[in-house]
Amino acid sequence: MDTIAAISTAYGVSGIGIIRISGDEAVNIADKIFKSKQGKNLKELEERKLNYGWIINPSNKEKVDEVLTVYMNKPYTYTKEDVVEINCHGGIVPLRKILDIILEQDCRLAERGEFTKRAFLNGRLDLTQAESVMDIISSKTEKSMSLSMDQLQGRLSKQVNEIVDELMELKAHLEVNIDFPEYDEEELTKEKIKEKAFIMKENIEKLISSADTGKIFKEGINTLILGKPNVGKSSLMNFLLNENRSIVTEVPGTTRDTIEEFVNLAGVPLNIIDTAGIRYTDDIVEKIGVQKAIDKIDDSDLIIMIFDASKELEEDDEIILNNIENKKVIYLMNKTDLNTKIDLTNYKEIEKEVIKISLLKNEGLEEIETKVKEEFLAGNIDANNDLIVTNTRHKNLLKKANNSLKELLGSIEAGLTLECLEVDINDTIHYLGEITGSTVSESVIEKIFSNFCIGK
Amino acid sequence: MRQVKKFKAGKYDIVVIGAGHAGSEAALAAARMGKKTLIMTMSLDSISMMPCNPNIGGTGKGHLVREIDALGGQMGLVIDKAMIQCRMLNTSKGPAVHSLRAQADKRKYHVNMKQEIENQNNLDLIQNEAVELEIEDGVIKGVLTKTGSYYETKAIIICTGTYLKGRIYIGKVNYEGGPGGLFPSNELSDSLRNLGVKLQRLKTGTPGRVHADSIDYSQMIIQEGDEEIVPFSFMTDSIDIDQKPCYLTYTNEITHKVIMDNLSLSPMYSGEMDGVGPRYCPSIEDKVNRFSDKPKHQIFVEPEGLDTKEMYIQGMSTTLPEEVQIKMYRSIKGMENCKIMRPAYAIEYDCIDPTQLKRSLEYKNIDNLFFAGQINGSSGYEEAAGQGIIAGINAVLKLEDKEPLILDRSEAYIGVLIDDLVTKGTQEPYRMMTSRAEYRLILRQDNADVRLTEKGYKVGLVKEERYKRYIEKKTKVDEEINRLQNTIITPKDETNEILESIGSVSLKTPTSIYDLLKRPEVKYDDIKPLDEERPEISELVKTQVEIEIKYEGYIKKQLKQIKQFKKMENKKLSKDIDYDSIEGLRLEARQKLSKLKPESISQASRISGVSPADVNVLLIYLEQQRRIKSKDEYKK
Repeated sequence: MDTIAAISTAYGVSGIGIIRISGDEAVNIADKIFKSKQGKNLKELEERKLNYGWIINPSNKEKVDEVLTVYMNKPYTYTKEDVVEINCHGGIVPLRKILDIILEQDCRLAERGEFTKRAFLNGRLDLTQAESVMDIISSKTEKSMSLSMDQLQGRLSKQVNEIVDELMELKAHLEVNIDFPEYDEEELTKEKIKEKAFIMKENIEKLISSADTGKIFKEGINTLILGKPNVGKSSLMNFLLNENRSIVTEVPGTTRDTIEEFVNLAGVPLNIIDTAGIRYTDDIVEKIGVQKAIDKIDDSDLIIMIFDASKELEEDDEIILNNIENKKVIYLMNKTDLNTKIDLTNYKEIEKEVIKISLLKNEGLEEIETKVKEEFLAGNIDANNDLIVTNTRHKNLLKKANNSLKELLGSIEAGLTLECLEVDINDTIHYLGEITGSTVSESVIEKIFSNFCIGK
Repeated sequence: MRQVKKFKAGKYDIVVIGAGHAGSEAALAAARMGKKTLIMTMSLDSISMMPCNPNIGGTGKGHLVREIDALGGQMGLVIDKAMIQCRMLNTSKGPAVHSLRAQADKRKYHVNMKQEIENQNNLDLIQNEAVELEIEDGVIKGVLTKTGSYYETKAIIICTGTYLKGRIYIGKVNYEGGPGGLFPSNELSDSLRNLGVKLQRLKTGTPGRVHADSIDYSQMIIQEGDEEIVPFSFMTDSIDIDQKPCYLTYTNEITHKVIMDNLSLSPMYSGEMDGVGPRYCPSIEDKVNRFSDKPKHQIFVEPEGLDTKEMYIQGMSTTLPEEVQIKMYRSIKGMENCKIMRPAYAIEYDCIDPTQLKRSLEYKNIDNLFFAGQINGSSGYEEAAGQGIIAGINAVLKLEDKEPLILDRSEAYIGVLIDDLVTKGTQEPYRMMTSRAEYRLILRQDNADVRLTEKGYKVGLVKEERYKRYIEKKTKVDEEINRLQNTIITPKDETNEILESIGSVSLKTPTSIYDLLKRPEVKYDDIKPLDEERPEISELVKTQVEIEIKYEGYIKKQLKQIKQFKKMENKKLSKDIDYDSIEGLRLEARQKLSKLKPESISQASRISGVSPADVNVLLIYLEQQRRIKSKDEYKK
């Protein structure tokens, strides 16, 4: 069995998180990335004992996180395979970083329920427990289908599909040259393959790096809360977080920097950025905060713009409105518990859809949830943990596809023949296909006959 | 119902209906494995007839012939005797896709195969038409012919090609008919339908034949055979013949205009024909219509044999009326005065939905009834023969109560062919292509014997002589590879001079010849001067040694994939599984699995509509069943 890894603790804000690795290579992999306090490798340490040390990225020798690591030899483990568990700091950033490093080794991301599936197949669980495994796996079908549907319309799928299409064209052309050599179809040259493979590699690398910055592989929807000072931005954030993370005061300009938090709003993951209020200011410190807020607009996927119902529309509001044209915006009107002075008649569209709330009195807040759902997910989708895991999976597959392209380019340099090159092309298509869930075999044949004129 | 008086005419172990390429291989295999066999054909003059193109082999197909040969079949041996030209295709590409193709003397091919059948022990050959199968309690009992003769038999292999309810189309003219001007077979089709066999209708076609003396070859490009002929059969040492050339010419604007002006006269375009034609074998009107930007299309002119003037006009298959055909053909350079001897025609015929078959080619719902060849929705002589030999072998194994011979997708093109047909079915006549094989670098034509001779020997079809030959070759390959690994070359000036002379890089450290051969530019023959102890080895051995070394990295890659594949292939699914009772399977998967009853998890995963999650559910189900069983045994 190949070796698998996954984050085993629930996703969210927590003190610690656990990553589990299972399979023949588990200990070897952990050994490559873990160093104990005494500078020992994992294998030199005792089995079934927690070992204090660091995760060190083998590619740049950087310390990633301070961890406790334990390894357990088969068969007395959950999966009856060799298992390693890494206890690291909680929160998505350290967990994902470590998982990424693990997945760069000879290892792949576990599917949902796969540890339990292995436990069963290796004879550990009894029959009734197995029933629940079936449930997990079959429920995955429903979930992953709606998830993949969602992503199919997304930018990632579109870009991946474009690359797959290119590869399929190459493959169909290669196959025609191989299977119908007597026909005078143009021979695909290695130079041509090289040229195309190079561009594709660059595109995939762009996707991979964008995955790192979180632009395309959203851990959550990048959401920016905007509004003039003291309009209730931090209160909204606190409401969404259900705890006091940002400092809330009556003095305008208290939130000097941007604060990012991750919330799960009715199943939709939001990466919320609280900003300093936007207004004309001479205060140097605050000025930086304002500029940062404006800079963030471009990177955001969703903007929540808050008006103050108790004040008239001001220049500060208009500055924001001017900066968020062409963005998806949810408009809120806070402080409806006070006397309404705002007049939005000049903004007919906004007036129609603005949600009236009172953060002080907890009024109208469910409507925000409903609106967010509507905006981003045409259907009702339970994204929670899966969206992140799926993304890690995507990134991992993109890396594998990229490696296959590298091998392809290497094979061209080495002077290998077309049918060898085709193996690498197939691998690339296979990995990319796992992202979009498409299969190729019949569609290549379809392409051959629609693109080329061959036959007796 | 029938008016003819029925009489008992004989008793056989196995009856093969049809003596085309599938039937001939099936019958020879059955008889050679010791079963009393009868082969029945509507015309003794059409045994292993080639009603379409006059060649054997080609990409993918050449691989099939080699595989049939390695299993102890006849096709390779016969074409080696009947070829009049031979070429190895794809030599500019790597050895995995090198493909042999020979032009056949059609008559000679037929005569040769007929003689083989006539001289075979345990095998009777008769001319008659099967009209009805007799089944008792779900098992084959016998077959009735048109003349009333009844043959009692334990198993039947149906290899009726395109004869069932055949209908010929030439323009607006259409009539009942079989291929090559023969009669169709109508009643057997009804008998199958009555037994519950699901049939479908496909179509195929063939171009016209033109008198050799009416062609001006000086206007065409001559295409000669290879200087050195590589035989198809591992049993043939060498072939020495005077090769006949083929010719290449092109269609032109006038041809295309004639076609477009008359398109409405084609039954394909007017909707009179509803059978589905093959994409890889489009009619000329299809090509001109669909690829209208192409100013010309290739036309190959090929001899049909040594003692005939008929020339096959490859590329001009059509359903246009004969009158239009004459105009079309005469518009082509070098064919201005051509005389058409046989017009092009399309044929529409009944075949079965092959998903009703097991991978042994036995019909799922009737014991001891096998199908092979075009009746299963395939196309091509080689595809037919490949199924024929497997059906023949498995009919014998079934009667002996033994496990069937199943070649999987990692073992043979024959395996890919059968697995595709029975797992996915087909909407058009299925043609083999190397691109259909996932493990193309392993499934080469040079190593077909390594892949299959052992298997053929085990079932008793490969005889001692062939087996001995194979073992000798295999030993020599292993020895030579071993020797090359242990022969170390030191970086001397003269060594490096030789290397540089063949465009390679000089050595810096001592290197084995084995590693040297991994360089793409270094050929086995080139470095003979560096290899003083080199033994005399045959071309076959040399080719294989060189390939094994050069491809090593990729071969290893594919072998790793095959290991994964085999794991799932070995997880067997019983045909008695009630898929409706398995919780967690999606509805579509349930329906498809119940209908197709796959034999393994691997096959199940290839059915369209069965998702990876469904496969996981099946894996868990299998494990549950295993535990329940072992618990029960424990109780006992």
